[in-house]
Amino acid sequence: MRRSRWMTGALWLYDTLAGGPHLLGISCEPDSREAMFIRADREEPCLNDTLQDFEGATNATLHALQRETQTPARAVADRGRFRGLFMKTYDAVVIGAGHNGLVTGCYLARAGLSVMVLERNPYIGGAAVSRELYPGFKYSNCSYVCSLLRPEIFRQLELPSFGLQVIPYEGSLTHMRNGDYLASSHDHDINRREIARHSRRDAEAYDRYALEAMRQCRLIKPLLMRTPPDPTSLKPRDLDELIFLLKHFNDIGEARLYDTIRFWTMSIAEFLDEYFESDVVKASLAGSGIIGTALGPYSPGTAYVLLHHYMGEVDGAIGAWGFARGGMGAITQALARCLQSHGGEIRAEAEVQKVVVKQNRVTGVALANGDEVHARTVVSNMDVKRTFLKAMDAGDLPATFVEQVKNFKIRGSSGKLNIALDGLPEFPKVPKDCPALTGDMHFSDTMERMERAYDDWKNGTWSQDPYLDCLIPSQIDPTMAPAGKHYMSVFVQYAPPYLKTGEWDDQNRAAFGETVINQIADYSPNFKDLILHMEVRSPRDLENEVGLTEGNIFQGELTFDQLLFNRPVPGCAQYRAPVKGLYLCGSSAHPGGGVMGAPGANAAREMLRDRGLRMAGWSPA
Amino acid sequence: MSTFDAIVVGGGHNGLVCAAYLARAGQRVVVLEAAAEVGGAAVTREIAAGFRVSSCAHILHQLNPQVWSDLDLERNGVVASSEPMPTIGLGADGQHLKLSPDEIQTRAEIAALSGADAERFHPLMARLRRFAGALEPLLGMSPPRLGTADWSDRSALLKLGWRVRRLGRDDMRELLRIAGSNVADLVEDTFETERLQGLLAFDAVLGTHLGPRSPTSMLTWLYRLAGEAGRALVQPVGGMGAVTQAIARAAQAAGAEIRTDTPVARILVEEDRARGVALDSGERLSAPVVVSSADPKRTFLSLLGVEHLDTGFVRRIRNLRMRGNVAKLNLALEGQPEFTGLASGDLGARLVIAPSVDYLEQAFNAAKYGEYSPAPAMEITIPSVHDSGLAPPGKHVLSALVQYAPYGLKAGWDTAKPAFEQQVLSILGAYAPGLDSLISARQLLTPFDLEREYRLTGGHWHHGELAFDQLLMLRPVPGAAQYATPLPGLYLCGAGSHPGGGVMGAAGMNAAREVIAREVGE
Repeated sequence: MRRSRWMTGALWLYDTLAGGPHLLGISCEPDSREAMFIRADREEPCLNDTLQDFEGATNATLHALQRETQTPARAVADRGRFRGLFMKTYDAVVIGAGHNGLVTGCYLARAGLSVMVLERNPYIGGAAVSRELYPGFKYSNCSYVCSLLRPEIFRQLELPSFGLQVIPYEGSLTHMRNGDYLASSHDHDINRREIARHSRRDAEAYDRYALEAMRQCRLIKPLLMRTPPDPTSLKPRDLDELIFLLKHFNDIGEARLYDTIRFWTMSIAEFLDEYFESDVVKASLAGSGIIGTALGPYSPGTAYVLLHHYMGEVDGAIGAWGFARGGMGAITQALARCLQSHGGEIRAEAEVQKVVVKQNRVTGVALANGDEVHARTVVSNMDVKRTFLKAMDAGDLPATFVEQVKNFKIRGSSGKLNIALDGLPEFPKVPKDCPALTGDMHFSDTMERMERAYDDWKNGTWSQDPYLDCLIPSQIDPTMAPAGKHYMSVFVQYAPPYLKTGEWDDQNRAAFGETVINQIADYSPNFKDLILHMEVRSPRDLENEVGLTEGNIFQGELTFDQLLFNRPVPGCAQYRAPVKGLYLCGSSAHPGGGVMGAPGANAAREMLRDRGLRMAGWSPA
Repeated sequence: MSTFDAIVVGGGHNGLVCAAYLARAGQRVVVLEAAAEVGGAAVTREIAAGFRVSSCAHILHQLNPQVWSDLDLERNGVVASSEPMPTIGLGADGQHLKLSPDEIQTRAEIAALSGADAERFHPLMARLRRFAGALEPLLGMSPPRLGTADWSDRSALLKLGWRVRRLGRDDMRELLRIAGSNVADLVEDTFETERLQGLLAFDAVLGTHLGPRSPTSMLTWLYRLAGEAGRALVQPVGGMGAVTQAIARAAQAAGAEIRTDTPVARILVEEDRARGVALDSGERLSAPVVVSSADPKRTFLSLLGVEHLDTGFVRRIRNLRMRGNVAKLNLALEGQPEFTGLASGDLGARLVIAPSVDYLEQAFNAAKYGEYSPAPAMEITIPSVHDSGLAPPGKHVLSALVQYAPYGLKAGWDTAKPAFEQQVLSILGAYAPGLDSLISARQLLTPFDLEREYRLTGGHWHHGELAFDQLLMLRPVPGAAQYATPLPGLYLCGAGSHPGGGVMGAAGMNAAREVIAREVGE
């Protein structure tokens, strides 16, 4: 390694310079921050120095050389390039310290690569953060609950030993307009009795429904941590994977195969209609089909979105959801610690302006402050539009590819409220000890209300009767708020990134918050009085702060045309960009969004594969 | 008790096609039609003295070429009344967009609105037609089953895969991408002219319970294009009834017997096998094979009875979505109507009211909640322009499909129909001022009426929603998707089976092939 770098540097200099005593500067090793200055007429170093004072050292050596030979000595013409030659070149630079970027970084660092993760914000975590925006309170102000994080990643990266703890919570509660409620529970019998209160027939049907949903989860889970094959490719690897998939589906048998096709293409409403009759039972289940999605529950394909929210697990309990202790930032903090323990570096407040491409190959990234970070590979945790349309020059990419990226649908559809409360809000119609109060709370008791909320979004306004997913994690995790006080997270579906009336501003943001607050206050009389502080986030805020285009939480719609080998762009679904050395590891890639980490792990596996390495503890795929 | 080799329940076009094929194979076939004349939903009826109109389906564009030639429909009397019809997207402002079969003319027409769109239009349509071409052979065959060890299924799937692969890498990728996508995204990504976007999106959602922004609406468009397979839009002389009459003649010529005014009450089952049918009159007809062109719900739930089926299958049938969204308006006109800005030479075209994607989506919004569209989309034809036999001299008939008019209207069709009719006429009036004063007779068939008068459950003329989960090997439901049903001897041959409705005749032909393969010569 040492010899080859030496030679490269030397040759380059011989090309550049002619006559006279020259100064060669060569870094010893890729990881070293030391420069060795070597005279062109001799082969041994005349000075070793650290890169910090490169300029001073160069000048000192030039002077010495001049004195010795009595002729004007020259260094290289282009100091910047010379410096570049000496600067550390990372094996991989990760753009964005979101959970996927960190997962990729961890796997690469663990495999022995030198990794630098660059984050634009002063804090890391992307959309998985815990932020103290009001003294004493921690807000999980973007993502707010944890289930999808792949257990393989959890185990392989030993996240518990880096401080991650996930606490499961109980069920969900749907408030009804008639004063009643539906409180679902993980306990089968309690759940059954509760559903039977609304419909006996539905209580019977629930087991059939749960079985079917579980079957679909089992079927899709093995695909999450695999790289989708390119169906048009005849490469052995793609054919292998295609055959694996065909066999995987073929093995489940004819009837279940048909059920699977139906499940993947139906609307969540149609799917639930096949099982249930009670509006509130359907509404309580349909929410998972629309969260983060610019589709209503009546739109085909939303049954799959439901699956996307069901395929997680907490402690082996499939479909369960939990809180990360200390907020969602605990996940990215644990990942960061894991990364650092393997020698990876993280730099915050380092906004990447451009991915530097030379001769169809990345050489690093240019930062907004003018710095350049050199790397053999660059992996972007940003969404596909931001990566290719903002951080790259169209000239560096194939024209059709740019067109495809432009046509990729990233539609912002959700907002968020983070609220500090002076006490626990009361819901007088629900028994105080109802365990479901610690879980998700919803206020939409029919699917029609959700669909109408979607119609508002289509019209370019936020929903007048929005679907809310509302949680008070401080009931279970006391670290989120001071004693006796509470933190409430309210996810709001739907809110458009661009309003019909213009851009989001303080005034309409406040009106949007008001709409949401009023809906909750209808069921909780003391709620408004408890509010100490409130953060209202429109999709635009999410875009501006976290960098998610249009504020789409999944970095791209989870519709049929944007899944598997179509995600993000057909022919480019294997984490590699059409530029050598550039990869994607964000949720724009298969299998999509949620705090899952799967795109990050898959991208790392592909990157290692391109270096002839295998990811440790990984079955070949 | 009369004995036949096969009984076909229902004398719609698919039932007649099936009977014709069976008769040609030497079977003694009888077709039992409940109405006074054959034709099902492809009939020409008199709406006022001297005014005749295709009362349900009104354009012939998907008739299967195999059926056309096998049954020699040309010789049996099907004649196109005109050259292929252009499609004109109407604008309320009197600015219209005409897409004619002539490429150069269409390009010029679009270029007047947007040069970029004109450049993109034909490449896109050519690409979609290539996609449709890869799917088209599926329509004329029994859909292959998935996950079986049967090599004929596998080879059919491999052939499909090969056809898709042969499109080339870029096309194949694009097909796999857009098949599940929505039509609005495609037309909005490709074109900038709203009117063109709306007009194209209309074809994708016509007859479905989808809006242009609903995922999978691209598939229904591709499916329609596959059915057309490059064939032109025409109206037969004498209306759609002429087509079914011709098929009936072909069937009779091959030896099939046709009985009209003969409603079937029940399918008879003996020893777990269909053995014949009982008529409303009490008469029983016996045959080892019963082929039903009635819709699947009617066939299984009322004609057969759930006691002969297992619960899983019954559940699937009950869950079949077949709630019609299209109403049919037929008008008798005392004179030639005038559409603002439309040359009278263009009156014979297919006139579409779908000025933008948003217009369609708004129209669909209402249907989701069991309301009719305040501003519905329409497909209008004035067949008497080309076919003077349909109306007295100087007078005309107008036929329009009106979407969306959901079957399950919350207000109830009995109460809401007059208001809807007014609404539809006032929308029409906005495009054709003075139309009102020409109307001498009118008929509006809501899905509710279609169910009553044409025995279409849910008033759905495809006998079941055309949706991803109700197509191909899932149509109408797994277990009955290859025309044979779980009950030996009972077959389906209607639009509820693959490949669906639209006066294709393919379902009848495929079913007959399946019956012959399984039952004849045993």
